[in-house]
Amino acid sequence: MIKIINYKAGNAPSVMHAVNKLGYSAEFAFKSEDLLSASHIILPGVGSAKATIESLNELNLINTLEEMVLAKKVPFLGICVGLQILFERSEEDDADCLGWLKGKVVKFDSKKVRVPQMGWNKVSFVKQTPAFASDDYFYFVNSYYAVPEDKTDVWGAADYGGAFTAAIQRGNIFATQFHAEKSGEAGLSLLNNFLKLTREDL
Amino acid sequence: MLTKRLIACFDIIGGRVTKAVQFQDNIDVAPAEELAKSMYDAGIDELIFYDITASSEKRSIDIETVKKVAKNVFIPFTVGGGLKSLADMYEALKAGAEKVSVDSMAVRNPDIIYQGAKAFGSQCVVLSTQVKKTNKTTSGYEVFIDGARLATGMDAVEWIKRGESLGAGEICLNSIDKDGTLSGYDLELMRLAESSVNIPLIASGGGGTPEHLKTLFTETQAQAAIISSMLYSPRLKRNFPVSEIKKYLKENGVCVRPPKAY
Repeated sequence: MIKIINYKAGNAPSVMHAVNKLGYSAEFAFKSEDLLSASHIILPGVGSAKATIESLNELNLINTLEEMVLAKKVPFLGICVGLQILFERSEEDDADCLGWLKGKVVKFDSKKVRVPQMGWNKVSFVKQTPAFASDDYFYFVNSYYAVPEDKTDVWGAADYGGAFTAAIQRGNIFATQFHAEKSGEAGLSLLNNFLKLTREDL
Repeated sequence: MLTKRLIACFDIIGGRVTKAVQFQDNIDVAPAEELAKSMYDAGIDELIFYDITASSEKRSIDIETVKKVAKNVFIPFTVGGGLKSLADMYEALKAGAEKVSVDSMAVRNPDIIYQGAKAFGSQCVVLSTQVKKTNKTTSGYEVFIDGARLATGMDAVEWIKRGESLGAGEICLNSIDKDGTLSGYDLELMRLAESSVNIPLIASGGGGTPEHLKTLFTETQAQAAIISSMLYSPRLKRNFPVSEIKKYLKENGVCVRPPKAY
């Protein structure tokens, strides 16, 4: 079963609508036991990295999440802040994050661009992954973006006052800085290709 | 590169989209979820719904309509009208909206901007404001509330600066003078605003033709424009499909998301 982590201030209902539209059924995960039977895990995100980590801690989800994603290699998709918290640290509130991927999360330069970035930006996918994605416009709402230490983690890039990481992938871990669930047909297509993955694909 | 956004705006009464001129004489257009779906299919970038009678009828926002729209429309949408508390905002976001718009209520209780941004993130909070030219304030624009009926004496530029500092993620500026006139956006207002705040700005009021959008996007830093009449007003002899508007903008050097990007 596809599990969508539902925590305070996340936009899990929007992700559920998109998953259902694609013809899949899914369940919200509110507690760690809910994750145990997951075929795929989606971590939606809005708000700050710190608040997201705190919510996941309050729900006592992190250990099980790490067991499922890091040990059992269940396909995982993080969205927006769900991408940012995968790194070691975020400049936003100087927050400690999960550290699944090496690198940090930094703020756009408000001297160069309006912050937050809000709107449709063109993403170029820079490597092949088991989930197919083609260059297209996706919807972003973010003030911060990830800077991976290992550049092979970069899946997609876009430009906002300079190139930034728009999507990452490493093994079974996928994440998009843009809101795939709100990026029209392009987003639905990417989401569908993620949901089609089996562990054998990875 | 970030594209300029076209935001279709719906004034909702009883689940149906209506069209007014200068905040009066609403005529019926279509059920909200149908028009939203057809605009989504046509390639609109974003939607905004105002439940325009929620405040005067002293009820909270029409959540059922929000839910119906969210099931079939996979682009961001904002809802406003009748949001009085954090709980109301949370209901709208839970029903599938990305953002909430606050207007008159925020003038009465500016702290709601801070509270909303703290609880849900700045990106969720759009400060919408109705402004009118005046000689009574420093910037030359005054804030109005309650469907543009009540003058507040507040300076429009001071108000949006305050909104930004309280945590609003975006400002939607509606020119009362231009609203419904189809004579083009208030460029002077947008220029004043862009030099005053650093968050994204949405221009509203006056858009009647694709050319008005071109002028707005080439002569100001507005990142988005509210359009409604030119898309679907039955009062106009001619409506413009989204694809035609975007084609025109692209040909005129404005960066837009192609209507069929797949």
